[in-house]
Amino acid sequence: MLISYPPKMTLTEKILAKKTGLPLVRPGQFVLVDVDLGFANDLTAPPAIKEFEKYGEKVFAPEKVALIPDHFTPCKDIESAGLVRVMREFARRQNITHFYEIGRAGIEHVFLPEKGLILPGMVVIGADSHTCTHGALGAVAIGVGSTDFAFFLLTGKAWFRVPETILVEFSGRPSKWVSGKDLILYLISLIGVDGARYKSLEFTGQTLVELSMDDRFTICNMAVESGAKNGILYPDSLTREFLSQVNPHWLDTHPDGDLFPDADAHYLRKIKVDVTRLEPFVAAPDLPSNGYPVSEFSTVKIDQVLIGSCTNGRLSDLKAAAEILKGKKVAKGVRLIIIPATPKIYREAMAQGYLSIFLDAGAVISTPTCGPCLGGHMGVLAEGEVAISTTNRNFIGRMGHPGSKVYLASPAVAAASAVTGRITHPAAL
Amino acid sequence: MELKGKCWKFGDNINTDLIIPARYMVSYSEKELGKHCLEDLDPEFPVKVRPGDIVVAGENFGCGSSREHAVLSLKGAGISAVIARSFARIFFRNAINTGLPIVENRAAAAEIEEGDEVIINLSEGYIENLTSGQRFTIEKFPDFLTQIIESGGLLPWATKQRKRGLTE
Repeated sequence: MLISYPPKMTLTEKILAKKTGLPLVRPGQFVLVDVDLGFANDLTAPPAIKEFEKYGEKVFAPEKVALIPDHFTPCKDIESAGLVRVMREFARRQNITHFYEIGRAGIEHVFLPEKGLILPGMVVIGADSHTCTHGALGAVAIGVGSTDFAFFLLTGKAWFRVPETILVEFSGRPSKWVSGKDLILYLISLIGVDGARYKSLEFTGQTLVELSMDDRFTICNMAVESGAKNGILYPDSLTREFLSQVNPHWLDTHPDGDLFPDADAHYLRKIKVDVTRLEPFVAAPDLPSNGYPVSEFSTVKIDQVLIGSCTNGRLSDLKAAAEILKGKKVAKGVRLIIIPATPKIYREAMAQGYLSIFLDAGAVISTPTCGPCLGGHMGVLAEGEVAISTTNRNFIGRMGHPGSKVYLASPAVAAASAVTGRITHPAAL
Repeated sequence: MELKGKCWKFGDNINTDLIIPARYMVSYSEKELGKHCLEDLDPEFPVKVRPGDIVVAGENFGCGSSREHAVLSLKGAGISAVIARSFARIFFRNAINTGLPIVENRAAAAEIEEGDEVIINLSEGYIENLTSGQRFTIEKFPDFLTQIIESGGLLPWATKQRKRGLTE
């Protein structure tokens, strides 16, 4: 292997090197990294806090900690209320400013970027597997466990083995009904639920230039479903436009000059995906990789539809749903639950008239929560029920009874399916 | 360190929703979570499993959510170790960080059958299947991970490091 000077690195390698204080890192190397932001939720924070308090007294860098109750909130029972209380009291004791109550925050992976807390070049850890979402902003964002989070509370650091990077290049213009969700469901159907196990997925290509930030978040969000450590895009003008709205002075503290992979960096694999002829994609039970074109499922009847989550609960997702639901009704025997991911998105959806469209159609609109995605609350499934959902996992029992089934899809497909009561291509309405 | 136990065999992609469904995650007590370990896959498993038993699985064990509750649930059920063809990354680090012995070995995971009695010797680096007579050499963990494992987990390791002045 020829290593030239200066060393050539992929984007993830570069950022890990910088935050380890090394000029170069290579895949397979163990590093102890300075973490810029670490966060946890109502399910993952309490065990971490318990562990932390056995070994430490004072959080190393409270300003770099965020605690967001979002999974079982508004607290669904006495125990869940107890979990959030543990977070709240810990935040108070440790002067952690970034603890947010319901009504002032939403789903962690949508709320944190919206708050301007995630910037390009950062190393971000979250005690939640969908932390990879934030790679859309050019950060190295890695999902970890509660003990990792406790270690970060203690030391401000995290340990990682530097991953190999797989380059995924999307080319071609997607057709009308194809969104970021369809692209990532298609990719995962090609490489499998462990096709990128331990790898960094670096996304690039002309297609991404024309997609929205919302689409990019969706794509990175599901990187974990292929086993990846993180998904990442290098920042471009679209990223900067988003950041200038959520954090106008970000460049003062985080110059983004060198946030490109090196031109001849070594990638383990390069995958090219031409999306020109891609149809909306749906992942059938019971794996996120079980994806096929939507038209293959046109006879599948559904009982419940969920539009929301850290995958597809953003404004453009609600807009896509509103465009389909306008003037239409949810099919007889079907329930449609719509969950804006943050209060800001909720408010904007209201201003745009989407909420009236949803209510007129017969949908339920919920306060931001992860709830039904993981079978927690706000729409759990009974035995034998079938759901189509804009979420990210459809393992057995994911959304309720182990005898229920979940299909994963885009907001447009989910909305169209709510109208017909069967899995439906939006163009067929 | 030597572990000896009866094996339970599972397939590929045993995900964390199966290991411990989210509806039980209002608790983070090992004992409580152990009562529901793998119950959506086999409702009888929590009742049948005995302390010291070993899980043997296929590819991508522990995929899905980051929930450390999955490791707690296995421990709470009495599982002493997991042998798999491959592990999903967050489960892997959760097991290392909290001291649940894991072995990634395709041959052992393939050959061991349900009900086999095996010995896992981590310090000498082998698995011995007492039922079939087969023996498998297992790779040692990289140095860094061995340090964490031998300290009893990530936080005990961190405490040792602090005492040595190696981290703040």
